[in-house]
Amino acid sequence: MATILDARGLNKTFGAVTAAQGVSAAIEKDSVVGLIGTNGAGKTTFINMITGYLKPDSGSIRYEGTDITALAPRDIARLGICRSFQIPQLYSSLSVRENMLMALGIMLHCAGRGGFFSFSRPSVPGHGAPAEEVADRILERFGLADYRDRNAQVLPGGLRKLLDIALTMAAKPRVLLLDEPTSGVSAEEKFGIMELIMQAVRAEGATVIFVEHDMEVVSRFAQRVLAFYDGRVIADAPPETALKNAEVLRYVVGSPHA
Amino acid sequence: MSQLSLVLVDGVIYSAWLFIAAVGLTLVYGVMKILNVTHGSFYALGAYAGASLTGAWLAKGYPPMLSYAVLLAGALLVSLVVAPVIERGLLRFMYAKDEVVILLVTYALFLVLEDAIKLVWGVNPYFVAEPYALLGSFEVGGLKYPTYNLILVGLALVLAAGLAWVLRATRVGKLLAAVIHDPEMSRALGVNVDRFYLVTFTLGCFLAALGGSFTAPTVSVVPGLGVDVIVLSFAVVVIGGLGSLPGAALGAAIVGLLRSVSVHYLPQVELFVIYSVMALVLAFRPRGLFGLAEPRKI
Amino acid sequence: MKPDRTPLLLGAVLAAVIVAGLALPQWLLFILTIACAQGLVVLGLNLLIRAGLVSFGQALFYCIGAYAAGGLSRGFGISDVFVQMAAGIASAAIVAFLLGFLLARYRGIFFGLLSLALSMIFYGLIVKSETLGSTDGFNVAKATLFGVRPGEAWVRYSVLVAAACVTLAAAFLTHRYLKTPLGGLAPAIKDNEIRVEYMGASVRYAIHVNYVIAAALAGAGGALAASTVGHIDPEMSYWTTSGEFVFIAILSGTGSVVAPFLGAFIFGAIRTMAYDLSPNTWQMSMGIVLLAAIVFLPDGLWSLFVRRRSA
Repeated sequence: MATILDARGLNKTFGAVTAAQGVSAAIEKDSVVGLIGTNGAGKTTFINMITGYLKPDSGSIRYEGTDITALAPRDIARLGICRSFQIPQLYSSLSVRENMLMALGIMLHCAGRGGFFSFSRPSVPGHGAPAEEVADRILERFGLADYRDRNAQVLPGGLRKLLDIALTMAAKPRVLLLDEPTSGVSAEEKFGIMELIMQAVRAEGATVIFVEHDMEVVSRFAQRVLAFYDGRVIADAPPETALKNAEVLRYVVGSPHA
Repeated sequence: MSQLSLVLVDGVIYSAWLFIAAVGLTLVYGVMKILNVTHGSFYALGAYAGASLTGAWLAKGYPPMLSYAVLLAGALLVSLVVAPVIERGLLRFMYAKDEVVILLVTYALFLVLEDAIKLVWGVNPYFVAEPYALLGSFEVGGLKYPTYNLILVGLALVLAAGLAWVLRATRVGKLLAAVIHDPEMSRALGVNVDRFYLVTFTLGCFLAALGGSFTAPTVSVVPGLGVDVIVLSFAVVVIGGLGSLPGAALGAAIVGLLRSVSVHYLPQVELFVIYSVMALVLAFRPRGLFGLAEPRKI
Repeated sequence: MKPDRTPLLLGAVLAAVIVAGLALPQWLLFILTIACAQGLVVLGLNLLIRAGLVSFGQALFYCIGAYAAGGLSRGFGISDVFVQMAAGIASAAIVAFLLGFLLARYRGIFFGLLSLALSMIFYGLIVKSETLGSTDGFNVAKATLFGVRPGEAWVRYSVLVAAACVTLAAAFLTHRYLKTPLGGLAPAIKDNEIRVEYMGASVRYAIHVNYVIAAALAGAGGALAASTVGHIDPEMSYWTTSGEFVFIAILSGTGSVVAPFLGAFIFGAIRTMAYDLSPNTWQMSMGIVLLAAIVFLPDGLWSLFVRRRSA
């Protein structure tokens, strides 16, 4: 399978803290990768480096062959690498639908469509329809259609998470990084939400990398697991294998057996 | 006497005045994160209170040498009366709001106070020169300098030393540092943050009033006195660093010296230079030369 | 989708001004024209406020526009109000384009302070300039329109009509701009700038564009004011002038492109009435009005006309 994202030898320290040590991973196109590890192990740092928020001290990241290590988050997003956030980043004064329209508007802006001199409703790049229709479509798929006129900030936690991820769909991402998509969601809802997300996302043909603390969710949805500890990747294998790995059990899952 | 020494002496005097005028502003910002536009109003209030009380004092035939105490009393009186009313009566309900909104509230109050001053003291100028003239002048290198200016310099030094001591060596000072750093945590630990805010605001306004009051004998006190002072104080405080007391001293020194240099060599650029430095500091070191505030810059 | 009523509203206001203006007294024509000038500045200021940036230095561009007009009048004998406004727009836009590279990086109170400093730099320059009349400034000749100098009785009315046309055209163009993807970014920038960047848009670019447009509008307003008042002085770049614009912006709210003109007119009307009532308390009245607006109408007067969206 083709490699879509190739991280090689990423190192990052913040003073005395080593957030990444020689992190390497080749992500295959259309795959679903789960990142596990305790807090501070380096998962979010990894995501931040890929999305351009942080620059590694050394090492490189290649996306479909192009070196993206030094690019700004904005440029990386335009290439098709998008992320969702641990704490949902929404437009707090806008309604759910307005949030979606804003995201689609940004897509139009980036594509140079719908400017001052255009007189018809432009179609959003990649979606083939005007923003209003695409917004409703995406909200429908994420189960948010009933909340379209509610203010985004007052939605319950799980729905805000969903909206946060739904917004990334506006960009038709090729690689989607989900930072703890089910955190803050009740145990009963976790699987349902993850199922919904994966269906919606995979339908668009995206490669997914997600950070997760719940090992059951990981086993169920990931094809491959990268386990982090102390800034290093300590295991890189399919979930069944990775979750039996001694080091993973000790440092990530927290088993008392060495 | 060389031109340079003249420039220096003038610079020192103006710097002293600027420090007294601006230090209250940086104190209030440092503790409460409020850019207080009424700072200029209190300057004016201090000037009017000082001038009118001193005028009345002298008219009654009381000892002129005590007029300095009267100036002080005037500043104290006006700030103790007005500042708490503003803080407890209005500002404290605004603390949760955005910095800029609070600034606009203080701007609205400034407008109100401008006219309140006119209502209380009328629009005619107050001119009370005795405290100024009383001390005569001293000679430096062939030129006469009013001795009164030494009072300003002395006052600035006393203030600087006093504030530095309070912040560093007293318990109150240390609590203040805690409140500046993290008001919520301080509150959780039992510090009466509300009282700190009230005291700080009053102190800051008192310092402004003090500046106005001690300037009164050197000028004609007219409405609109505070308008220039606010924006000049902003410049001083920004240059030194918002919230930093040593910064206020440094900012005052820089602006004072710049003004002195330009007045002596190229008067047309006086204001241009001062505000250019303010802009330059914001452009290259937004936190100011000693600043603590983290600038919101992307 | 709700039909866009703004162009209709603008057209109606324009028609009202043209018709009613024939019957209004001179002083009211003056106030309305100044309301157009100030409204233009605030129309631009609102673009920044919508993005979360309150500029305390729009007076800079207002003053640049005024001095551009004054310069044309004094230096070249050009008193055509449209040419003056064009000069105001151009000069302000150029300066804003350059300054924008710096300013677009600032937020919150620092944006306010830097914009303030820049306007005070300009003030410092012109207030000490003998050639420009120092603190007194200088006079600007009466307006001509397309080469025609209106008769004494018609000057105010014709300038008002010209102003209203330019103003409402500017409002219409701004309205269209706000509906473009770039123009519509402001609320997102205000709410969550980082998210906007993560979606691929450059926030700095958006702010820079808004800053230039705001400056151009302010420049037009300044030129118009110069012509209408017949006099310009350095005070037009002073912090108190910027303060007035912010005042009107708070009063109006950002809800519509018509709001700034409503706000400016009400500001002018209250100010005139308060001053006539008691010259020594008009500022106090204004201060109380501002406080009331901040506390009771945080979304401005326009929020009175818009039905609240369900939470």
